[in-house]
Amino acid sequence: MKQGERTWVFPNPPVILATGTVVGPDEGEGPLAADFDLVHPDMELQQPSWEKAERLLLEQAADIAVSKAKLKKQDIEYFVGGDLLNQIISSTFAARTLGTPYIGVFGACSTSMETLALASLMVASGAGERVLAATSSHNCTVEKQFRYPTEYGSQKPPTAQYTVTGAGAAVVARTGEGPRVTAATIGKVIDLGIKDPFNMGAAMAPAAVDTIQAHLQDTGREPGYYDLIVTGDLAGVGSPIAKELLMRNGVPLEQTTFRDCGLLVYDVAKQKVQAGGSGCACSAVVTYGYLLKRMEKGELKRILVAATGALLSPLSFQQGESIPCIAHAVSIEA
Amino acid sequence: MATKEAGKSISYKPMSMSAKEYKQFAKNREPARSVLKNCLRAFLVGGVICLIGQGVQSFFQAAFNMSPTRAGNPTVAIMILLSVILTSIGVYDKIAQWAGAGTAVPVTGFANSMCSAAIEHRSEGLVLGVGTNMFKLAGSVIVFGVVAAFFIGIAHWLFGGVGR
Repeated sequence: MKQGERTWVFPNPPVILATGTVVGPDEGEGPLAADFDLVHPDMELQQPSWEKAERLLLEQAADIAVSKAKLKKQDIEYFVGGDLLNQIISSTFAARTLGTPYIGVFGACSTSMETLALASLMVASGAGERVLAATSSHNCTVEKQFRYPTEYGSQKPPTAQYTVTGAGAAVVARTGEGPRVTAATIGKVIDLGIKDPFNMGAAMAPAAVDTIQAHLQDTGREPGYYDLIVTGDLAGVGSPIAKELLMRNGVPLEQTTFRDCGLLVYDVAKQKVQAGGSGCACSAVVTYGYLLKRMEKGELKRILVAATGALLSPLSFQQGESIPCIAHAVSIEA
Repeated sequence: MATKEAGKSISYKPMSMSAKEYKQFAKNREPARSVLKNCLRAFLVGGVICLIGQGVQSFFQAAFNMSPTRAGNPTVAIMILLSVILTSIGVYDKIAQWAGAGTAVPVTGFANSMCSAAIEHRSEGLVLGVGTNMFKLAGSVIVFGVVAAFFIGIAHWLFGGVGR
């Protein structure tokens, strides 16, 4: 199963039976609105706190994924989840509601593919038959925890990114119909000294480059093997940097299409999102909503999703530390 | 699109940039920030806020026959109220994104920093939430304001009553 330096190639590729995607109003105004299962008209979801609203997003995404897979909650053997909040409370509290054996992980915005990779590994290794991978983020919980109060008047620079409000969940199973997870490459923590928390794209780009190159080298696949290579949330600043770095290192990216979920989820020119989207839900809802639907229609056959995460804390950047970053890549084939 | 068969041995150049080189590389690729545009907007919005304040003050002077000094206190109260209302209905932060430093003018900006923190942390209760966090952003202004006043007070005492 292990191939090369840090890639798992699954001999019996696990199936993504079904997915659930739930988003907030800004994502509902974006170009991918029609691909999401549920679009909320407001950020509150009639909950008394932002944190409860985020938790509900995750629970709804999980419910939708499970019911679309024509399963019941009890059929899910494990839930692998994570989010951006301190002590990953969104996932943990959602796991309390689900009542499923639970593994909590933290990979910042790379959590989407980290949980999918782990769920696939569990299924492929025989540790479980049906495993749920899910993650969430909420614009206001993230602003509150990492930046300023949501209503505080401060100007964000054009390099800043807008956290996606939403949640994405996928049911991974050993058998059934659906796209298959054929390989996963685990990222290293890469830090090239960027300290500006309002420029995560530039901080994360080298991590995406490192993981994508490792994946291609480990599997012996050229970029052209994939119809699409998509990064998690590098957005308007990080995505061109990653592309330039890959080309410099001799990766023939012209063989494939190279995109970024943070640029796909919003209409960056029209919506006030600065450089584009970010957050755990960014790559989760774009992959589980938009990309898998395009695979279902036959427009895409093989994709590589490299979800990127900035592993900083509010404490670490106030203490002047640079931003360590990671990317996990998952190969999904129709 | 060419589909290449898997299984070949591939190797690419590893990342060779040092942190210093990468910082410069990334800096060169940041979108330009229009300082002139930001300055103009800040001037415009900051000026408008001050103009409104002046209008309110003139109103108190004319309507209640107050001296400019006495009209100052109710004017500040009205400006705080306006800022708190705009913050509460979720407008102040949108103006700030457009105006930049223009909305940071002392009275309304200060009120916004306290009000936004109070709203944000209401979910953690009145004492530990609102009470503890209300000065989260404004606190440093008060601390350094008091420290600065202390040193200026000493300087004033030492070097005599300029402007007394």
